[in-house]
Amino acid sequence: MGEAIVITSGKGGVGKTTTTANLGTALALQEKKVCLIDTDIGLRNLDVVMGLENRIIYDLVDVVEGRCKTHQALVKDKRFNDLLYLLPAAQTTDKSAVTPEQMKKLIEELKQDYDYILIDCPAGIEQGYKNAVAGADHAIVVTTPEKSAVRDADRVIGLLEKEEGMAPPKLVVNRIRSHMVREGDMLDVDEVASHLSIELIGIVADDDEVIKSSHNGEPVAHNPNNQASIAYRNIARRILGESVPLQQPDQQQETIFTKFKRFIGISR
Amino acid sequence: MKTGQNVVIKGTKDGLTLQLNDKCAYNELIEELVEKLDTVTNDGQDALITVTVQTGNRYVTEEDKEVLKNVIRKRQHLVVEDIKSNVITLDEAVRWKEEEEIVSYAGRIRSGQVLEVPGNLLLVGDVNPGGTIKAGGSIYVMGALKGVAHAGCYGNDRAVIAAAKMMPTQLRISNHLTRSPDRYDEEEITESECAFINEADQLVIDRLQVLKYLRPDISTFKGGF
Repeated sequence: MGEAIVITSGKGGVGKTTTTANLGTALALQEKKVCLIDTDIGLRNLDVVMGLENRIIYDLVDVVEGRCKTHQALVKDKRFNDLLYLLPAAQTTDKSAVTPEQMKKLIEELKQDYDYILIDCPAGIEQGYKNAVAGADHAIVVTTPEKSAVRDADRVIGLLEKEEGMAPPKLVVNRIRSHMVREGDMLDVDEVASHLSIELIGIVADDDEVIKSSHNGEPVAHNPNNQASIAYRNIARRILGESVPLQQPDQQQETIFTKFKRFIGISR
Repeated sequence: MKTGQNVVIKGTKDGLTLQLNDKCAYNELIEELVEKLDTVTNDGQDALITVTVQTGNRYVTEEDKEVLKNVIRKRQHLVVEDIKSNVITLDEAVRWKEEEEIVSYAGRIRSGQVLEVPGNLLLVGDVNPGGTIKAGGSIYVMGALKGVAHAGCYGNDRAVIAAAKMMPTQLRISNHLTRSPDRYDEEEITESECAFINEADQLVIDRLQVLKYLRPDISTFKGGF
């Protein structure tokens, strides 16, 4: 019996889809069987980030309306040997094409075959959000260290806490720019975490490589040397129950060179 | 048919007191009241006499009160000051209790959430920006108040808002409103503060200690220590 985790944020553009793609990849790298569901019906893009767009035959709406079997709509990620699948959203209709009850039933069915089901939630708190949250056992709230994103995350956490049968949500702070935090131009991770007062499960630095990799349709988590990739892999390990200490991005970046610079006093 | 007097009229230095029997039928009572009032002769005085009505253990509805007042007002020199009864309905009692009591809630009020109580509110936790707390009476926050607080929201100017860390986006008391400065320095706020409406009818924020003198009725503790 698998676990269903919804990845949500309230505000758009904070990195829900990127986080879903990378956590799915990182969990599959840990030999877990993972299914990603894109619930952003009408504005799907998880398939693009995963580089699986050209293999879509059926979609989520086809499945819930019975036009195909569930396994027919699942798109296999060829980079893994039978571990990572994607259930894409429909592009031609809208959020009202699916109901929360249908989502619940679908996720129950998928839980039989998969260890983890990651649900990519659309922005907002309307129908699409309700669909995405309906079948989930756990929730991960993604936010960036900006006031607007934190405000929306706060709202969503309030809604998630009211959901029945849902474990307390966990927090991922995404796209941190350590130099701006140091200058005091951006909220730091501790401020965000204490404001939202839920368990922090990951800190991801803002990295050009993340944008580049979604441009190329290959999640950054495949790259073993990138700081954002390591952050995503660490979140995956924490989901699996390992205790991995949280690292601030500037600690992650620390190389022998910066250590030396700090030692001779030209860098903080 | 009548067994004894249903209406007793007493004169005091503040005017007349009408004691109404609470055992007899209501229409009988009204009849006798009209009769009795008609026998009271106006001694040619033009001065108005105030009347207090005591209905004892009889519950008097708003409609019945109007009837009573009309009967008495017909005598031109009589004015009804008050109608007193020993009984209130369960609904009224519940409302009274709700308005008086302090409701406590432990937790965080997040953006978009609204916590409303009819009486006084004690919040053990923070109010995040975008969150709202409302109370018919006063509000006490044992945490950081960063959202909106509305005390005395049904029109009570005596209500106050107290918070351990007062950094609200907006404060409202009754129909008064104040907004925050555009920027807070969190380190600067070290002291508990309270908000109230002052003599000049303005909503102001001051040290918590002034409440003791401005709103002594906040203390419900009786006796000494």
